[in-house]
Amino acid sequence: MSYIKPTFHHPSLKPNKVGYLKKDYRGVISTLCAGCGHDSISGAIVQACYEISLEPHKLAKLSGIGCSSKTPTYFLSNSHGFNSVHGRMPSITTGANMANKDLIYLGISGDGDTASIGMGQFVHAIRRNLNMVYIVMNNGCYGLTKGQDSATADFGSVSKEGNANPYQAIDLAGLALELNATFVGRSFSGDKNQLVPMIKAAISHPGFAFLDVISPCVTFNNTKGSTKSYSHVRDHIEVTSSLDYVPFEEEITIDYPEGESAKVELFDGSKIHLSKLAPDWNPTDRFTAVNRLHDAKSKGQILTGLLYINPESKDLHSLMGTSDKPLNQIKQKDLCPGSTKLEEINNEFR
Amino acid sequence: MEKEIIVNDLVVRFANVNGTGSASANEMFAKSIFRMGIPVTPKNIFPSNIQGLPTWYEVRISEKGHLGRRAGIDILVGVNPQSLKRDIESVSPGGYFVYDSSKKLHEEFIRADINYIGIPMIKLAMKHYPIPRLQQLLKNMIYVGAVATLIDLELDVLKGVIAEQFSAKPKIIPSNYQALELGINYVKENFKYPLNVRIKRCDNNGDSILIDGNTACGLGAIYAGATVMAWYPITPSTSVAKAFESYCKKLRIDEDGKKKYAFVQAEDELAAIGMVIGATWNGARAFTATSGPGVSLMNEFIGLSYFAEIPVVLINVQRGGPSTGMPTRTQQADLISSAYASHGDTKHVLLFPSSPAECFEFTINAFDLADRLQTLVMLISDLDLGMNNHMSPPLAWDDDKKYDLGKVFSAEDLEEMKEDFGRYLDVDGDAIPYRTIPGTHPTKGSFFTRGTSHDEYAKYSELGEVYLRNVDRLSQKWETAKTLVPEPEFYQKDNRSNIGLLFFGTTTYAAVEAMELFEEEGLMIDSIRVRAFPFHEQIGKFIEQHEQIIVVEQNRDAQFRTLLINELELNPSRLISVVNYDGMPITAQAIQSGIKEKLSLGIS
Ligand SMILES: Cc1ncc(C[n+]2csc(CCOP(=O)(O)OP(=O)(O)O)c2C)c(N)n1
Ligand code: SF4
Ligand SMILES: [Mg+2]
Repeated sequence: MSYIKPTFHHPSLKPNKVGYLKKDYRGVISTLCAGCGHDSISGAIVQACYEISLEPHKLAKLSGIGCSSKTPTYFLSNSHGFNSVHGRMPSITTGANMANKDLIYLGISGDGDTASIGMGQFVHAIRRNLNMVYIVMNNGCYGLTKGQDSATADFGSVSKEGNANPYQAIDLAGLALELNATFVGRSFSGDKNQLVPMIKAAISHPGFAFLDVISPCVTFNNTKGSTKSYSHVRDHIEVTSSLDYVPFEEEITIDYPEGESAKVELFDGSKIHLSKLAPDWNPTDRFTAVNRLHDAKSKGQILTGLLYINPESKDLHSLMGTSDKPLNQIKQKDLCPGSTKLEEINNEFR
Repeated sequence: MEKEIIVNDLVVRFANVNGTGSASANEMFAKSIFRMGIPVTPKNIFPSNIQGLPTWYEVRISEKGHLGRRAGIDILVGVNPQSLKRDIESVSPGGYFVYDSSKKLHEEFIRADINYIGIPMIKLAMKHYPIPRLQQLLKNMIYVGAVATLIDLELDVLKGVIAEQFSAKPKIIPSNYQALELGINYVKENFKYPLNVRIKRCDNNGDSILIDGNTACGLGAIYAGATVMAWYPITPSTSVAKAFESYCKKLRIDEDGKKKYAFVQAEDELAAIGMVIGATWNGARAFTATSGPGVSLMNEFIGLSYFAEIPVVLINVQRGGPSTGMPTRTQQADLISSAYASHGDTKHVLLFPSSPAECFEFTINAFDLADRLQTLVMLISDLDLGMNNHMSPPLAWDDDKKYDLGKVFSAEDLEEMKEDFGRYLDVDGDAIPYRTIPGTHPTKGSFFTRGTSHDEYAKYSELGEVYLRNVDRLSQKWETAKTLVPEPEFYQKDNRSNIGLLFFGTTTYAAVEAMELFEEEGLMIDSIRVRAFPFHEQIGKFIEQHEQIIVVEQNRDAQFRTLLINELELNPSRLISVVNYDGMPITAQAIQSGIKEKLSLGIS
């Protein structure tokens, strides 16, 4: 149990643009194991929401079941939360989003929750380009049920019991790319400099924003042979690009040298700046991203960064043509056709 | 010997091959009789495939208004060679077999006790129409014309219905009329008509409509203000979704041409109910429609809705089980699995409509009850009610009715509140707490919804006493539900018999008719129609007041009887059961003989 919450280097005491302090974005004390990667991701979510000046009640946080899915209690106490059933967070989020298009939906899941029991709902949320942020806290195991291998455990990765995994891993970021997800990023729970701006950009993205965050399970998966341990990830990480997220209203203060940076303008006018650590990284080119991902994998590397973004993304509401007013705010008089109309309908059946 | 003339009391059955366009021809036939003021009950008996297998369409015509199925076929129109033998066998002695005489009927098909009326349907069609597809379609109109003439159906009425049916493609009306005439003239030139079984205009239909229950449910959801529907296709519930969507397209488009509804075909039933839960949690009215296999899949979520107290409306159109069972036949066999769906101690509100008008009314009730009780409410329909047209009172809506959205705190309520908001606090003593919708207030009213044990403030807790407080409150809420659900219906002002008949849903038609049959024989029986679960206190009283209770239902294991015994703590010997579960809607005759058998044998 960790009584000390992971904190960041620049805890801000000054209120943000909407008048909230960073503490207003916190949740209750975590009951996860001390050092669990999931807690760091919670910290990054708090930081991102604070920095982006999001009003907490305008976000709904939803999750499935697992250690990872418990984390929504550990951030954003002023937001409504929903810890649903194992693997089914995407459907709950879909319904919630259908009811009110004006909120931000943050879905938290685990690799078991997504890559096994919830695989069906995950891919269909991608297919519909549901406007949500979908974070998988990926530890390659089932933490809550005591460390069984998950479907994202790498081939040959050794669990705490000492067995090497004989099965091929499902690469969720690769899968999301394959399925034409409109925003795909990968990061590491320990890399807040990369993770925080990525979460901010994901929130701004009007569509399905997927973040696969490698998040070591210190209790069951931090062994030497595990490919999702802190040491393994630190040694094998390959970063595509470092990114900076700039909200629409903000002046761009840092100027990247020409030739080393790429700008992506998001739907709402905000911008993502990428400084190109990797040569010729273009996050709007899906094919390159797919290739690079395979490439890195064959070298035993974990490719992180914003892998792909489609700046022309149209979310499910746009695809369906629902009214501008959120459906949960339309009143009876505008929903019920009334008795005169019903009499006409009755006449169709006489 | 001259045959006795029987007017407005007959069963006509059409034996077709599915996918040949016969369904719409048969429907026009039934509708025309309805338009002549004579009560009709059409039933589509179809296979679980798209093309090529036998399908039947049975029309019962009853001036007395008996709307259940009746055993015994007076006229069988057999145009399916595959089922010819069985079809001929199914005709009542003295009845008629109308067939396509383009090819001679084989000796083995000749029965001495029935009448044969041969119409060279396909020959006529081939002579007049060059295209095979057209020959097939218009052959249907030829037999409709022939049968109409044989039973004295008013041809102007029939033509009117045809014109309406094809109003979108007026070009094809003349060829349909022509085919009709071919059938009419062939009968006129070759047979004595009308037959001794025939129809005659009367005025028994009042302002009734002829509609299927699923359409009524879909419309009910629109009138109830549902804005989100999530579903996965499954017979016999699919047409609920279809009706909801097609009427939404007409009734729910805003000034900008945008949709005031979201219609999501989910990836499976799990996702469908998940979407409904997410939407209602977020303050929209939402629903799903499915059948047995879908409900089985939804079980985990059903428990979540019960325990986390999230309103859900689920339209359960039952079909023949278990497993894939008889997907295109009717049963009432998902009662226990609906009432107690999901793991742990759970029970759910069920509504049992018995007519399309009630499908409409109860769907609206279901939304109000789900919001009021913050729980899952299932509308229990079945294939017969959902997919067949039924003569029904018109759908009714009172413009003064306000939706009951239940206990929801607004931003103002939260602002004025001094005490802390407790999502699961029983403030009013009816065991129903208050909820808040995400996004309502910046700093007040947020809470964490979970399916794990929680205290009054929605905080996770594994303490036994906290858990008990919560689940005991849910029990108490169940008591509140009993006072809110639709009351049973009685068929007598005062009791007049020591035998009581108890039934629900589509069994009603046949049960009411069975009562009349008994009455004709001089035996009075009291009746009660149950319309909801949990059982209203009047149901227990009715049972107490009668020596013998006969529970009629359409499943093998007498599930409704089990529910009554369990919930009302009855001595099982008090309840005799009469069941029908072959997949066909129950008949009055089956109920009558079932009761006689059990009463005389003293079986209980
Ligand atoms: C239907 C169902 N099956 C099984 C479980 C048991 N269960 C709880 S959490 C979990 C795995 C969680 O793994 P993951 O999503 O990777 O989360 P982690 O704990 O690793 O963060 C399982 C199998 C359950 N809660 N529900
Ligand atoms: S078991 Fe693993 S995943 Fe779960 S809290 Fe502990 S470290 Fe985190
Ligand atoms: Mg995991």
